[in-house]
Amino acid sequence: MSAVEETASASAAQQMDFLQVNDLRMYFPVTEGILIQRKVAEVKAVDGISFSMHKGETLGLVGESGCGKTTTGRCILQLEKITSGQIRYDGNDVTAFNKAEMSAYRQDVQVIFQDPFSSLNPRMKIGEILAEPMRVHKIITNKQDRDKRVMELLNICGLSTRFADRYPHEMSGGQRQRVGIARALSVDPKFIVCDEAVSALDVSIQAQVINLLEDLREEFGLTYLFISHDLSVVRHICHRVAVMYLGKMVELADCDELFDNPIHPYTRALLDAVPIPDPTIEAARAHKIVTGEIPSPMNPPPGCVFHPRCSLAVDGCKQGVPEFREVKPNHWVACTEV
Amino acid sequence: MAELLKIQGLKTQFFTSAGTVKAVDGVTYDVDQGETVAVVGESGCGKSVTALSIMRLVAEPAGRVVDGKILFQDQDLLQLSEEEMRKVRGNNIAMVFQEPMTSLNPVLTIGLQLKETVQQHLGVDDATAQARAIELLGLVGMSDAERRLEQYPHHLSGGMRQRVMIAIALSCEPKLIIADEPTTALDVTIQAQILELMKNLTRELDVAMIIITHNLGVVARYADRVNVMYAGKIIESGTAEDIYHDPKHPYTLALLKSVPRLDHPRGAKLDPVDGQPPDLARLDDGCSFRPRCRYADDGCAKSFPPTEHIDGIHYSACFKKDELERPFKEAS
Repeated sequence: MSAVEETASASAAQQMDFLQVNDLRMYFPVTEGILIQRKVAEVKAVDGISFSMHKGETLGLVGESGCGKTTTGRCILQLEKITSGQIRYDGNDVTAFNKAEMSAYRQDVQVIFQDPFSSLNPRMKIGEILAEPMRVHKIITNKQDRDKRVMELLNICGLSTRFADRYPHEMSGGQRQRVGIARALSVDPKFIVCDEAVSALDVSIQAQVINLLEDLREEFGLTYLFISHDLSVVRHICHRVAVMYLGKMVELADCDELFDNPIHPYTRALLDAVPIPDPTIEAARAHKIVTGEIPSPMNPPPGCVFHPRCSLAVDGCKQGVPEFREVKPNHWVACTEV
Repeated sequence: MAELLKIQGLKTQFFTSAGTVKAVDGVTYDVDQGETVAVVGESGCGKSVTALSIMRLVAEPAGRVVDGKILFQDQDLLQLSEEEMRKVRGNNIAMVFQEPMTSLNPVLTIGLQLKETVQQHLGVDDATAQARAIELLGLVGMSDAERRLEQYPHHLSGGMRQRVMIAIALSCEPKLIIADEPTTALDVTIQAQILELMKNLTRELDVAMIIITHNLGVVARYADRVNVMYAGKIIESGTAEDIYHDPKHPYTLALLKSVPRLDHPRGAKLDPVDGQPPDLARLDDGCSFRPRCRYADDGCAKSFPPTEHIDGIHYSACFKKDELERPFKEAS
């Protein structure tokens, strides 16, 4: 165990709740009319989710398109004005921050986006892209020192220092994603939201970036919220995993526990759907494929949102919203039928 | 089983200002009737260009098939006139593309697009085409077919659109379907639905399928035969068991070791391939995987290793194929 890791785990014990999300709701209005806009409906992108994170851990947030995982990340980053609920960072309410506190928060909390092609400014050189956050946050004011730090960041992320003088279009997807990571690191963050950070990459490159993310977490004592639809990657990288479906959290447990003993029928269906790269194992698996499609979050089904596709559903599921309860130590599930 | 498609020494090149890009460089493989063959590889390895070459859809004049034969039922597709080729497309070989969002025409109804294909190729009247369209939507598991025919692509979800694409592909009862990353844009539960549908339909209708994908899990679940491509060449081929349990090419081995798996416990260290795929405009005579290969030595730079027979239908193009380790030490 490295020194950094030791301090990280020591402070984790004191700081069980590094980031706390309480009953977070994010509703997007659907409007009609050109001059006079009327709100006609709401998209309940995130509908009352709660979780907390320890310092130094990686929490995976998984689910299919439209389940609200990205919106959750954006709410934490304060890129959306939340409808209701609380986000506490280090004990402080994020939504109540003044300008100076918000600036400090934005420095502590960084993001790595999915698409390495659209998340870098095509007109800026890599060196400028990496120096900008340090200039904005006035971390290193001297240009020479900043350039030195840029070289350091490139090295940390496994890129040649020659890239500082190049433009994004001269780089491959994997290299650009490394630039995205270096940019997030440039302000010495404590917490990084990785929004599908490795999803756009080819397998051999994806493995390189996953290993880099893991090394960086250990080296700098980072905390990750790892948003992904790829369950295999999540199993590999995360300490704990939360499964979302249609704006709700349906299951939350330690990583190996969730994958070895999934409880919620949706989690099970999700795991069944992921093929394993081994023909012998695949031939032996029973493929129970969940039918139907994900309903629209504008008009979610009443009661348990998963009941129209669920094999265990009974009449009661159509009425009451199942409570998110702890069925085993540290294993939370929102289902009444298990 | 009868041989349906035989690709022999196919070479497709793109002539660009940066030089000649050898996108497909001597690809040879067979597809038997009713068989599912997978072509796996990473972006830019030439797997899609191979498919486009079969359909003769490579964008000219920049791209051209410069050499090789594509024998479909003993007829060389490369020798056909454009007129004759049009009869092959759709009637005998159909294609399902990756992007269900962009491969349907947004301003035409689903019904029109389905019927157009049927009428073009089978020359039937409108009522027959309508009946066929309804039958096809039922076949791909879309309920309420008559209403669906009136809908536009934007009314449908990604999974439903891909079902429509499959229905169009099946409309003229082809003998071969080429599916280029058919589920890459879809969610996992929908991906499983679509793949299961394609497997059942190809089996019921005895249609052969070439499935092009980068997802090793999908290959393991659905393919009878697997071709692994790297830098425009097939570097290993065999049954799924051969490829996954006894790989004889360092690239295949590296791929298997770099993909995170659902059945492996947390924190099992990934062992990625170093470096990046080569620039296809600047390939030398040696093995193209050499710069990233852990087993490479000076001999690998001299010439490209010949494809050698191992056993059954297992072939590999590597000088070091007998020195490789096993992918996993029978741990699980």
